Amino acid sequence: MFSRVGPLDSGDLINIGPSGGPPRVRGRQPTVLRSTFVALVSTVVVFGILVWITVNAPGWADVQASFFSATVFSNAFPDIAAAFWVNIQLFAIAEVLTLVLALVLAVLRSLPGPVFFPLRFLATIYADIFRAVPGVLVIYILGFGIPGLGLPGIPTDPFPYAVIALTLIYSAYVSEVYRAGIESVHPSQEAAARSLGLSRLQALRYVILPQAVRRVIPPLLNDFIGLQKDTVLVSYIGVVEIFRQSQITQQAKFNYTPYMATALVFIAVTIPLARLTDVLVQRDRRRAAASSR
Amino acid sequence: MSSTAAGRAGATPSVTPALFVAGLHKSFGQLEVLQGIDLTVAQHEVVCLIGASGSGKSTLLRCVNLLEPIDAGRIVVAGEEITAPGVDVNRIRRRIGIVFQAFNLFPHMSVLDNVTLAPRKVLRHAPAEAADRALALLERFGLADKRAEFPDRLSGGQQQRVAIVRALAMEPELLLLDEVTSALDPELVAEVLAVIRELARGGMTMLIATHEMGFARDIANRVCFLDAGRILEEGPPEQIFRAPRAERTQRFLQRVMEAGRL
Repeated sequence: MFSRVGPLDSGDLINIGPSGGPPRVRGRQPTVLRSTFVALVSTVVVFGILVWITVNAPGWADVQASFFSATVFSNAFPDIAAAFWVNIQLFAIAEVLTLVLALVLAVLRSLPGPVFFPLRFLATIYADIFRAVPGVLVIYILGFGIPGLGLPGIPTDPFPYAVIALTLIYSAYVSEVYRAGIESVHPSQEAAARSLGLSRLQALRYVILPQAVRRVIPPLLNDFIGLQKDTVLVSYIGVVEIFRQSQITQQAKFNYTPYMATALVFIAVTIPLARLTDVLVQRDRRRAAASSR
Repeated sequence: MSSTAAGRAGATPSVTPALFVAGLHKSFGQLEVLQGIDLTVAQHEVVCLIGASGSGKSTLLRCVNLLEPIDAGRIVVAGEEITAPGVDVNRIRRRIGIVFQAFNLFPHMSVLDNVTLAPRKVLRHAPAEAADRALALLERFGLADKRAEFPDRLSGGQQQRVAIVRALAMEPELLLLDEVTSALDPELVAEVLAVIRELARGGMTMLIATHEMGFARDIANRVCFLDAGRILEEGPPEQIFRAPRAERTQRFLQRVMEAGRL
């Protein structure tokens, strides 16, 4: 199987395996050095131009004062970082719940036969609706609607509604990811499991799901980067998390620097996760290449 | 008759056949793959199915293992009609082993786990007991040193031997082999055929779909020639291979011989 279809680029050193042999590697080394150099120069030039345009713009002094104030930054950062703890809680709880709910939905959708049609139908409708409705609206409807019912014993704190809303939204996406994974396992695997006398559920549990989940870890991580960022949306129903905190600071100081601090925090936590995803995708590719030899 | 087949202990059919198939029909959409199969396999008998690709050999095996629902007919295993309504398919499949052309090992499990999964989960054997039995089987087929390997680290021949051991671990009454050497490099075919010969010597009842005519002639008590979803001709191997009666059988064997496979 050919896992790559595009032309080779300088990053493809990894593809020069033992079959390439020493002459080929020697022949390529100057090319690699040169393309690294070209990439470096073009990056410096492009960003140099952009920075030059920005700092020479007529309003730069004002923008610098209201977006990049060092004093505001150092004053606001402790509060903002502390508020991020709420996002971490939202994210961690919603992620675990999503992994479970989405798996249940995906399994329901993969049940065969007319008997399970109602379950398949409901799971499909669920995925359709929660992928169609903008997340903010789900958060609003749950966060204001359910407490608004005034039922006795129902919490008034917005946090649980925030977790539930994020879980409902992301389960719709993640169930699709799981489903793709389940469908990617060749039917012969189920045939082999069933031929040994395993029930349909046992085949799913011991043979199909372990392979499916392993294959979809990179896209799952991608969705979790999205979930991590979307935790700021629950600020709309009154959860004081990082975005709400930076708004509060911004309104107190009449300065936008707190937003820049918030952006920095997200960059700091998201980039490692994105790189991890890349590493896992690469590993899968190498494995696929190795097993199809 | 070759020495192997003649020397087999239980070649005499007992009263209840291991497998009895009557009037089996199976269609995929418009295509009727099996057009009325009648077949009996006695206890300890080895029956080989030969015929061109698409003649229905694999479909027949998959129907016997209930991996494909049938359209009409009856399949009776050791006196129990397995095509009767309300039959517990999982219980039936425990008694019938099948080995596939493409091995179909579980890639995320070690060799030992591949072999012990069904005994542990279906027969509810304790893990230690399942492992002991599996190791004894792996030992018997020269695979004990591969117990901890994953399937992608094994050669095709080793993978297929593990697949056979996996089926044997359920101690099936009947073993179905679906062109088990067709996906193998030529130099790896012999080790798998040796395993099947060993099973035949041990008295395993087997129904084997194969393109290996020399092997079929050697091992089978009876050979069935399938053509367009019917058993066109059946008989002892020396009759089928030396003096085929049906014209289509003659032509098929002629082509096989020209290809140097007989």
